[in-house]
Amino acid sequence: MLSIRLYFLQRLSALIMAPLVILHLGVMIYAIQGGLSSEEILGRTQGSLFWAVVYGLFVASVSVHGAIGLRSIAYEWGRIRGFSLSLLSWGFCLLTFFLGGRAVYAVVFA
Amino acid sequence: MGDRSNSIRVKVSRGDDRGRHFDEFDVPALESQTVLDVVTWIQRNADPSLSYRFACRVGMCGSCAMTVNGKPRWTCRTHVSKVLQGDTLTIEPLRNLPVVKDLATDMSEFFDKWTSAESRFVPTKTREDAIEIVQPATKERIEADAAIECINCGVCYASCDAVELNPDYLGPAALNRAWTLQNDVRDGGKNSRLRAVTGEGGCQNCHSQQGCVQHCPNTLNPTRSIAGLKRLATRAVFKREL
Repeated sequence: MLSIRLYFLQRLSALIMAPLVILHLGVMIYAIQGGLSSEEILGRTQGSLFWAVVYGLFVASVSVHGAIGLRSIAYEWGRIRGFSLSLLSWGFCLLTFFLGGRAVYAVVFA
Repeated sequence: MGDRSNSIRVKVSRGDDRGRHFDEFDVPALESQTVLDVVTWIQRNADPSLSYRFACRVGMCGSCAMTVNGKPRWTCRTHVSKVLQGDTLTIEPLRNLPVVKDLATDMSEFFDKWTSAESRFVPTKTREDAIEIVQPATKERIEADAAIECINCGVCYASCDAVELNPDYLGPAALNRAWTLQNDVRDGGKNSRLRAVTGEGGCQNCHSQQGCVQHCPNTLNPTRSIAGLKRLATRAVFKREL
């Protein structure tokens, strides 16, 4: 169900996410002091390679991490096995990556 | 020492996996009485058809583990006074194992997984070689010693939710034993064993809930041993050895 490579990938993605979450929360708390409009946010993120990399990496890690976690829950609690289990994990991974990727594209490039 | 001049209400699980029910018995309460004493009293005085397993009666063999008031325990080392809820004692077979009859479980799968984890010593020397000196103060030996006192009673296996939810999972006892061997400088089976404990039902399936640590009568910490195996596995994945 959970191969050692998937286990490794889940730990690796957690390792990547941890500092990014701290960065996200830190910047958010710092930036909203004194108020911040959507225009101001977009003004800082549009065309920024830094934020594209930060949130792009975060979205990729979340889609991998979440899908592996969901795979364990579906196997252990949902009794889902075989092809259905892989379909669910891959489906969730791709869906999260697509939705997150769309959001990153919107705030950085659109 | 003597009778407390009252009795204990004991609910005992009867039957097997095809059908189980509780029978109730009134057992005389005595000083320093263990749960195994209670079960033995029932079999000898109330119902000779009651099946259960025990051997040493002193916490050495690991045969008499049962579920007492919902928790897995060695019945020979559990005093009734410590676990009595009101005047009632509920005794069931160990969880996560098939029931042969009444309080006796089939431990085959537990020991099969022990074998699957390659939890046996692989010698590297012959009788012609000198005896290897194992230094007790080395990091490896300290790790092995901390986990070595397992007597295969199955209490950790019965307390593990990962075993309950994932039938392939090797379980705390087999993995704990594997960890002691991975730290044994004399052992020659480390690479093969690491592959065995990182396979389909391997150490990565442990959720670190520590039910095994909570209930181990020998106060071992299988979760720590499993975490050690996870570290070895992670290093091996980095080095592309797995």
